[in-house]
Amino acid sequence: MSVPTIGVLALQGDVREHLAALKASGANPVQVRRPEELDDVAGLVIPGGESTTISKLAVIFGLMDRLRERVSQGMPAYGSCAGMIMLADKILDPRSGQETIGGIDMIVRRNAFGRQNESFEAALDMPAVPGGPVEGVFIRAPWVESTGAATETLASYDGHPVAVRQRHLLATAFHPELTGDQRVHALFTEMVRSAH
Amino acid sequence: MSSPSTATESTAASAEAQRPETGTARVKRGMAEQLKGGVIMDVVTPEQAKIAEDSGAVAVMALERVPADIRKDGGVARMSDPDMIEGIIEAVSIPVMAKSRIGHIVEAQVLQALGVDYIDESEVLTPADEVNHSDKFAFTTPFVCGATNLGEALRRIAEGAAMIRSKGEAGTGNVVEAVRHMRQIKNEIGKLTVLDNNELYAAAKELRAPYELVKEVSVAGKLPVVLFSAGGVATPADAALMRQLGAEGVFVGSGIFKSGDPAKRAAAIVKATTFYDDPKIIADASRGLGEAMVGINCDTLPETERYATRGW
Repeated sequence: MSVPTIGVLALQGDVREHLAALKASGANPVQVRRPEELDDVAGLVIPGGESTTISKLAVIFGLMDRLRERVSQGMPAYGSCAGMIMLADKILDPRSGQETIGGIDMIVRRNAFGRQNESFEAALDMPAVPGGPVEGVFIRAPWVESTGAATETLASYDGHPVAVRQRHLLATAFHPELTGDQRVHALFTEMVRSAH
Repeated sequence: MSSPSTATESTAASAEAQRPETGTARVKRGMAEQLKGGVIMDVVTPEQAKIAEDSGAVAVMALERVPADIRKDGGVARMSDPDMIEGIIEAVSIPVMAKSRIGHIVEAQVLQALGVDYIDESEVLTPADEVNHSDKFAFTTPFVCGATNLGEALRRIAEGAAMIRSKGEAGTGNVVEAVRHMRQIKNEIGKLTVLDNNELYAAAKELRAPYELVKEVSVAGKLPVVLFSAGGVATPADAALMRQLGAEGVFVGSGIFKSGDPAKRAAAIVKATTFYDDPKIIADASRGLGEAMVGINCDTLPETERYATRGW
């Protein structure tokens, strides 16, 4: 398990950047688009993208049930931006029929920071990641409205949690995959290693 | 490394010192990265926008008339009515793009003020300036621009475009020009990757593009921004074809809402775009879609009606 195989859900979104960040952090990354491809991975990244689109495609192509099953059985998963929404137990303002995988006891607000003109970069303190502040790239990003008792806040911005962890699940409202800084992916790769 | 105090404490202490920076290249280009693998659909009403969103579109392009109708109606094609754009912004939660005329910086300023998520400085509208494109660095809102070849793509990126789409020939339902432009761009990128450093200066001169961008492409083997395809995609197979040729996603203009069953066709094109390399899924998606839009043979288009030649 020194080089864990980690899938990136490749229905839509910035898949390539996650694959590159995982590789650089010592994992063996593979794309996952079909239910059976989920069986071969020790962990899964759900990329940034459009959460409504990813959710719809996951249902249409029969991935959603298998995703929920594996996550509830303890497969480590990390979601950035749209991926964070997919891992939330509840969306504050879902589009009709928008489903999530769930697993993290939190309520998220979609596009909470605003539209694209309000998308921004800011440095974030994230003590779970050694080596100083993390560059937060927020693109039409969600924030966490509220968390349950078991959910640990790893970073906040403007009073709202933007990075959270609950046991084997990790989520960020921002996009470390766009920065070339692999520390968040390294944290996740370590979570996958220690889960096996 | 700071001592591990509780996360909430340490972030609350320094959050105030963090000044957010908007409109950076990373935020603009990063926005397009989130659209990859997806379909961006032209819509002219809030109802169409909802159909597009429900079908799995990653974004919609709000415009007054789809290109096929612009072709039919003739006259000057301009930016859409702000009421119409706002109605579409209200109707959906996915990103909303809108078109400005080439070089019409005020239309672009208006679109930014309306809060659209991306501005398409588009040859489908009648150009406002036949020499200059807009300075796209002057905007917080990111821009997508069309290109028929690598030089044109790099000139747009040099002006600040954060996303490129191959132009194709909009409103024809004929994929031939989209294929030509995508092949041209990919082919020219490929050629740059085998040149040595001495040759790159002359290549930049030939491409009429900044040396720095030419160098960047020659090292990376790809554009520094996301590359989509546009102009003539009408079927699921068309969309998958453009992805196999190297497009990271597709714009579909008239192809959806000028067809017999828009909701079904839209969902089918989304599926084929995701599984562009799986003919069985594309076959299933292509079944029973009803009538496709009527196509136009590009050879019979008079030079003045070719949109792809607009922009320089």
